[in-house]
Amino acid sequence: MATLQSLDIRRRSASTEVPPQVRKASVEVAKLIDVSKCIGCKACQAACLAWNDLVQPVGYFDGNYDNPVDLTPTSWTVMKFTEIEKGDDLEWLIRKDGCMHCDDPGCLKACPAPGAIVQYTNGIVDFVSENCIGCGYCVKGCPFDVPRISRVDRKAYKCTLCSDRVAVGQAPACAKACPTQAIYFGSKDDMIVHAEKRIADLKSRGYQKAGLYNPPGVGGTHVMYVLHHADKPSLYAGLPDDPKISPMVGFWKGAMKPISLAVIAFAGVFGFLHYITKGPNEVSDADERKGDELAGGQTNSRGRS
Amino acid sequence: MAVTRRQFMKVSAAGLAASSVGALGFAGAGDALAAGVRPFKLERATETRNTCPYCSVSCGVLIYSMGDKSKNAKSSIIHIEGDPDHPVSRGTLCPRGAAALDFVKSPLRLKYPMHRKPGSEKFERVTWDFALDRIATLMKDDRDKNFIAKNRDGVTVNRWLTTGFFGTSAQSNEAGYLVYKLARSTGILALENQARI
Repeated sequence: MATLQSLDIRRRSASTEVPPQVRKASVEVAKLIDVSKCIGCKACQAACLAWNDLVQPVGYFDGNYDNPVDLTPTSWTVMKFTEIEKGDDLEWLIRKDGCMHCDDPGCLKACPAPGAIVQYTNGIVDFVSENCIGCGYCVKGCPFDVPRISRVDRKAYKCTLCSDRVAVGQAPACAKACPTQAIYFGSKDDMIVHAEKRIADLKSRGYQKAGLYNPPGVGGTHVMYVLHHADKPSLYAGLPDDPKISPMVGFWKGAMKPISLAVIAFAGVFGFLHYITKGPNEVSDADERKGDELAGGQTNSRGRS
Repeated sequence: MAVTRRQFMKVSAAGLAASSVGALGFAGAGDALAAGVRPFKLERATETRNTCPYCSVSCGVLIYSMGDKSKNAKSSIIHIEGDPDHPVSRGTLCPRGAAALDFVKSPLRLKYPMHRKPGSEKFERVTWDFALDRIATLMKDDRDKNFIAKNRDGVTVNRWLTTGFFGTSAQSNEAGYLVYKLARSTGILALENQARI
C-alpha cells in the first residue's frame, strides 16, 4: 500500500542536498493553544498516547498535578501546572508543553545526522527515527528543551504534530480530543485570526496584557499560545520570554562549518603539493649513524630504542 | 620532474580519496528525502460508531479495528477516537474517553459475571443464570425482611431502603426507562447511575 506520503520536505538536517522546491501548494499549519480556556483535563495527553501507540510507565507524585513530571520519550506532551499567588488571589496557569515546531528549528540546525530531522513545507518539524544516531545535539539545540532521548533505543523523540494525520488532512490527535477547544488546529493564518479574537475577548475581561506567543527569535512557531499574560511568558512553567537558538549552535553549524571545511581542504591540498614537490621524508645515512651514536650503539640501525 | 609508474598510481589513489572525502556526509540523501512521515495507520481499518462507556455525556466514539470482517479475519480494536459527526461531543473526548482503548484491552476488564463466595478471598467466574438467580434471591429475601409499607403515621409509603439499584451510564433511553420502572416498582429509593460516580 502506498504510504500516503503527501508532505514535501523544506529542510533536512546535516544535508547540503536541496529538496525539490517547485511545489509550494501546502498551507502552513499551526496549532493554537489557548491557555485561558484549558481546564487541565489531560485529554490531549491521553489522545497523544493513544494515537502514537505510546505507553507512559506509572511515575511518581511530585507535589503537583504534572503527570508525568516532565516530557519523556513516550510523553510528547505534558500539562504544566503553575500556581501564582498574589495576596489572597490564586492564579492557576495550565500550559500544554511540547514541541513548538519552530519555523527556524534549533534541533534541525544542531543535528549532525543526515535526514534525522526534517521540516516539511507545511511547517511541521519531524524526527525521522531511522536516521537518528542518538547524539542528543537536538536537546541542546532546542530553545524550549523539548526532545528526549529514549533509554531503550537511544533515539530522540518528540511531538510530530501528528504529521501522519496532517498528511491525510486530519487534525492532530490532541487538538481533536480537546473538550474545551483550548487546542485549535488549522492554517497558520487562520489560527492568528482566531487568536486575535480570543485576545480581544480576554482584554475585554480585564487581561490587558493578553497576547499571542509566536516568538520571532525562532522565526515564529507552528504551535502558538494565547496567553493572558503575554508580557511574561515565563510565568507559564518557564516558557522562554525570548527563545533563541543557542549562539554556540549557530557558530558551530553556521560560521564554523565553511571555515573548518576550508582548513581541511587547505591541509589536504598542502599535504598533496608538499608530497608532490618534496617527496617523502627520507632518513639519510648520516642521520642513521648519528642516531646509533646517541643510543650508544645498543639499538638497531633505525635508531629507535 | 620525472613521474614514475608508482608515483602516478599514488597520485591517482590520492585524487580518488580526495573526491570521496568531498562526498562524505552527502551520500544517499535522495533516498532519505522520500522517507519521513509515518504511514497513516487507519487506512482501510474498519470504522464502527459507538458511544463512550464512561459518563452520561455519552460522547460519540469511532472504533477502528483491523480486519475487514472477512470470514477468516478476526477483528481487533486498534484505535478509538472521537466521532466528529456526534452532535454532543463533535469529535472531542475527555482523557478517559481518549484512553478508552486501554479500557478495552485492560487485563483487569470485567468480561463475565464474577462471584466471591462468603468467606472466600477470590472471585470466581459464574454463569449469567447463576448470577441473576442469586441476585434475585437475595433481593427478594432482603425485601421481604425490610420492606416498609406504611410509616409511623400510617401513611402508605411502600419503601425499600436496604437495597440500592445502580444503572449504567451507557444505556439507551429505553433501557433507562426499564431501570427506573424496575427499581421504583420494588420500592427502591436509592437509585443511582454510574454517570454520576
